[in-house]
This record gives sequence, structure tokens and C-alpha cells, in this order.
Amino acid sequence: MNSGCRIFLVSFVALGLSWGGFVIAPAIQLGTQKQTAVLNSSLTYPEQRPGEATMGLQVYRRSGCAACHTTQLQQDGVECEVIVTGMGKTPVAVSNLLSSLNLTGLSKDDAQSASDQITAKGGKTEIHIVPTGGDIARGWGSRRSVSEDFLWDYPVQLGSVRMGPDLADVGSRLGSYSWQLLHLYAPQATTKDSTMPPFRYLFVVQKVGDVPSPDALQLPAEFAPPSGYEVVPTMAAEKLAAYLLSLHANVPLHDAPFTAAAPPEPTKAKK
Amino acid sequence: MNENDKIDPANSAISVSCRVPLLALFGGAALWLVIGLALVMLASLNFHMPGMFSDHGWMTYGRMLAAGNDAILYGFAIPTALGVMLWILASLSDSELALPLVPVLAANVWHLGVLVGIAAIFMGDSTGFQWLEFPRGGSVLLFAAYMLMGISAMATFGARRKRALQPAHWFLLAALFWFPWIYTSANVFLVAWPVRGVGQAVIDWWFSNNLIFVWLTLVGLGTVFYYVPKFAGRPLHNQPLALFGFVTFILISTWCGIPQGAPVPAWFPAASTTASILLIVPVLSLLAVFVKTVCGVQTQCKGGPFCYMKFGTTAFIVSALMLIPLGCPRFGVLAQFTEYAQAQSYMQILGFFSIVICGAVYELMPRVMGMDWPFQKFVRFQHWLFMGGLAILVISLAIGGVEQEMNNYNFTSGVIFMKFATLGFLLLLLGSLLFAANIFVMTLKWKLGLAKAFIAVIKRPLDASEVKS
Repeated sequence: MNSGCRIFLVSFVALGLSWGGFVIAPAIQLGTQKQTAVLNSSLTYPEQRPGEATMGLQVYRRSGCAACHTTQLQQDGVECEVIVTGMGKTPVAVSNLLSSLNLTGLSKDDAQSASDQITAKGGKTEIHIVPTGGDIARGWGSRRSVSEDFLWDYPVQLGSVRMGPDLADVGSRLGSYSWQLLHLYAPQATTKDSTMPPFRYLFVVQKVGDVPSPDALQLPAEFAPPSGYEVVPTMAAEKLAAYLLSLHANVPLHDAPFTAAAPPEPTKAKK
Repeated sequence: MNENDKIDPANSAISVSCRVPLLALFGGAALWLVIGLALVMLASLNFHMPGMFSDHGWMTYGRMLAAGNDAILYGFAIPTALGVMLWILASLSDSELALPLVPVLAANVWHLGVLVGIAAIFMGDSTGFQWLEFPRGGSVLLFAAYMLMGISAMATFGARRKRALQPAHWFLLAALFWFPWIYTSANVFLVAWPVRGVGQAVIDWWFSNNLIFVWLTLVGLGTVFYYVPKFAGRPLHNQPLALFGFVTFILISTWCGIPQGAPVPAWFPAASTTASILLIVPVLSLLAVFVKTVCGVQTQCKGGPFCYMKFGTTAFIVSALMLIPLGCPRFGVLAQFTEYAQAQSYMQILGFFSIVICGAVYELMPRVMGMDWPFQKFVRFQHWLFMGGLAILVISLAIGGVEQEMNNYNFTSGVIFMKFATLGFLLLLLGSLLFAANIFVMTLKWKLGLAKAFIAVIKRPLDASEVKS
């Protein structure tokens, strides 16, 4: 390797290959991604977040929330379980059969054959797809995050460290607007022993005017301001809460199928 | 330091040409290292008392941590790397630094860019992409400064007297070429004309891996391969193996860095898995070259620059061995969001790179300035402080990471490990203060020397021939 040109050539090839793979390819493959169909539904996914939530993403970025929170759920895989919805005309035969069958934690084929056996005896069944894995078991969401979840976001803040729980599905998990605001102002007021720092700078402590502000937080006594004062969220706090409520990963998709417990409600930031 | 080197006229011309650019680069860098470590340490205080900085937006954890990390990476690591690179290129070329005013300008522009970027993060104008937080104003200045520095480096390289390239050349030239490409790509595709959706995350992972793992390794190992043969007093063992290690390293390592289980098409993490496993090949070859070169050498290091090189290279091996499992599907999914991944980054930046580059600075500045360090003992103290600080930091974070996963992300019980990490940062901060003290006092002494010489010239009695009778 005795000339500078050769060094540059080798470096060019090495970096160029990975540039093609990890910069140009995602720009083409993911950058041209479109909305996708929701499984068993005529809806498309994702919807654009409401305006306030879109602005809330910028508050999320400014406040550095991604330093402690991820917004990506993972799963190990999926299992199938067979749900018996009806016993049919020969309930005894079906229940005899059920006592000998394992109905949870099945592969797709096993679930199908179990279902076939039950329907052969006259029972009615549904096969549910259940994602498995640590994040799902912790109750942080019902399926893994997929690329579609972030289609309209800029910047995409996946986060890399979990000093606090994952937020990919927080809007479904903790869907109360006032809870979110209270938690931002005083995390320890809603979650004892929380290690999250409060975000008091997103709130204003002001003197109660002639009429108390309708937006004032209902704080427990130990976190409440001195009497005659009230804590009111700034617009930034309201946007951030709206963004958190808009975080959902609860729609079954081709990439991440699961059987939703109830049909997904349209996502709206409540005020 | 060898006395002959100081007197050698050719060497001293090189030294004089490097003096001001290196002081400009290292002075600012030492300051940024202190600031960065202080910020990261203050940020970690949040884990002792969550409410302590909550009344001011600029003091919030996310901003302080990002500002601190960027101050360490962009403020300290890259300019020091560029300074050491300029010096090594000039020494290997056996010629003076070409266009010495250009790197002086570039150093000032660079540090200004870092200042702008960090101020922007504190004001909440971070781009939101990890390790690429500086918004446009800062990144444009950084890019311009880097290109200026590159011009001077290439001109120095072109003016070399010996045409043959040394192993250090391979690593440093590749690094020189690497940064502008990855930095422009990342800024173009993430900030200027952002791609849609989660492709942003892939490009950010590619960029951070290429900067923190590939670029820092190239400069760090280039420095090690330049200095270790000198310290050991024998040539680098098995140059062809080193070449093999170099080529396989740049071909493979740039494909690492996509986390397992990320919400992207499966081939991205799969490519990273393959690369992570293959990475063992270059890492072992480079390790073999290093070990064979230093093994059985009689030179005592006594906490001096040679110790820095040995400790730094060991830290690199540890960092690479910590990175490889992160690419494995099973372990990667479990560990990637825990403090383990942070421990790996800090091992790479503060363990491997900072140690190697501080060792190089401790070795080269006395030659460049023609004077000894004002506080010789600090060199050894810093070595021990960094070693202790890193051990506490990395071990507590790594164990904390495992605990986090085993304990089902119980955040309350895991906080104890972050408390230990504060202690680690504190030791590192003390070490960096010693480094800064040495550099600043040396600069001050040099400036006083200049002033004295200047005054002496003014006060000198006129020569007899000039005096009119």
C-alpha cells in the first residue's frame, strides 16, 4: 500500500458500499414508504397526528425526552391461541375434547389443527394472534413498533436508552390528558418512587385571579403551590401532552399482526 | 524525551511550524473536555435527586447530557485528533506543516462551531438526532473548519520526502477522508432535506457508528501504530497483517450499528449482525500486531505516554468486544436499551480514544513547544484517574444494564448504578482538569517567553555600528 491514491480508493470502496446500504437504500426503501392498510379493515395507517401533537413532537425533541425514553417496542415473535366462542350442539363432546387440548402458545399450524378438531365436534372457535416478548409482557404495548408508525414524524426520535418506560404506545396505556400534565409537572405525584425529573419549567405558577383558571392542575397537597396560587400548563406542556396521547402502536398491520381486543378507536388528542 | 530530537534542526523547524495550530486546537479541546465531563456529571446528578434542575429548561437532563456528550466528541475528541494527525503527518513527511496559518484559522472556526452548536442545544434547538445534535449554524462551521484542516493535512502529506507510506498513514488518511463524507451525508439527509420516516433513524445510526466507532478507531489506532514502535524501539510487527487488519476493518466496521429489533426492514439489522460477527477478524489481527510489537519490550512506561497507548489499546479491544454482542440478535435485543450500550460508547470515546490521544498529546507537545510539561506528575495522575474513573463508570453501567434487563426494567432499583456512574465521571473530570492545567500553563509560559523575548529585543542596546558617533 504505497500510494495515497490506493488508500483513498480502498476507503472510497469501503465507505461507499456502506453508504449505499445504510444511507441511499433507506432513503429509497423507507423514504418512499406509503400508508398501509390496517388488517381486517378498510382504514389506512398511519393517520397524520393532530396539529397540536405534531407541534408536541418538537417539544419532545427540545426537552430531550429521547435521552431517557424509547418509542420503539420489540417482540420476540408471535403465538396463536384458540378461543372457543361457542360449544355448538354437542357441548359435552367439545368440552371433553377441550380438556385434552392445549389452546395457548401454539404455532399457526397447531392452532389451525386444534381449531379444526373443535369445529369438527361442532364448536365455534377464533384464532387469535398474540405477540410475545419482554415489552409486551410488561404491558407497554400490544405489538412491536414498525416503520409505518413513524411515517409522518420529523425528527424520528426512537431513543436509544430506557431510563424510563417505552412510550410507543403510551397514548393507549395512559390516555388521560390531565394525568399526563400532572405527571409532567410532578412525576412523583402520580408514580411514587419515579426517577423522572419534573418538568416544572413547562408550567407557570401564578396567583389565582378572580376566577381560578380552568386549566389549573389538581395537585395532591404535598406538590401543591402555596395557597392563593395555581399551576397552569404553558402551551408547550399542552402540546407535549397532546403528542404523548397521540402515541399509539395498537393497530394490527401486515408487518406486525395481532388480534386486537376491540376495534381500534380513531386517535384523537383530547383536550 | 530524547534530547537529540530537540536540537535536530529539521525536527525543530517542523515543531515550530506546528506550534500555533496545535496550541489552538488542543487549548480549546482541553477546555471542552472539562466542560463536557462537567455537564455529563451534572446531568447524572438527576439520578440522585430528580427535581434539582427542574425549574430551567436549559438545565433539563436531555439537554445537559446531549451538550456534554457533544462537547466531549466534537469539542475535545475531533480537534485533538486533527492536531495529532497534523503533527504525525508532518513528522512522517519529514517536512514542515504546509500552510500553517490555515489550521490556526480552522481551529478557531471549529471551536466557534462547537460553541454555537452547544449553545443551540441549551436553547432547545438540537436537531434531535443522537450525536448529530448541532443545528445548521454549528455544523456548517464545523464542516468548513474540517475542510480547511484537510487542505493543510493533504498539502503536508503531499510534500513528504519519503514516498513510502507507513501504517499510521493508512489509518490517518482514511480517517481524513471519512469524516467529510459521513458528516455531509448525515446533515444532508437528516437536516437539510430530511428523508421520510424511520429512514432518518437508520441514517443516524450509520452516522454515529461511522463517527464513534470507525472514525475514532482509525485515528486512535493510527496514533498507536505511529507511537508504539517508537516507544518500543522496534518496527511494527508484521506489516502485512496490519494492512490486512486495516482493510478488513474499514470494509466491515462501517456496517455495524443498526440495533437489533429496530422497527426497520429486517435486512438492516441482519447486515449489522453479520458485520459484528466478522468484526472479530480485523480486531484480532490488529490486536496481534499490537501485542507482538509491545511484548517483551524493556521500556518502562511509569504512567507516561507509553502506558496511555497500552491502556488505550486494551480499552479498544474491550470496546470492540462489547460492541460485537450488541449485534447479535438475542443479546442485542435484550441489552440495546440498557445502560450497557452507553457503557460501550463511553468505553470507546473516553476509554480508548481519549486515553490514546491524551497520551499522544503528552508525548508530542514537549517536542513541539521545546519545553517540558509544567506539571510532570499530572501526566501519571491523569492516567490513574482516567483508569479508575473508567473502571467505575463502565463496570457500573454494564452491570446496571444487565440488572435492568433481569429486573424487568425496574427503574427505581436500577438508579443505584447511575449514582456510581456520577463518581466515575467525577474522577474523569479531575483527570481532565489536570490535562487542561498542563496545556494552559504551558501556553501561558510560552506566551510569557515570547513577550520576554520581544521585550529583550526592544531593550537591547544598539549595535556599535548603528550608533552614530
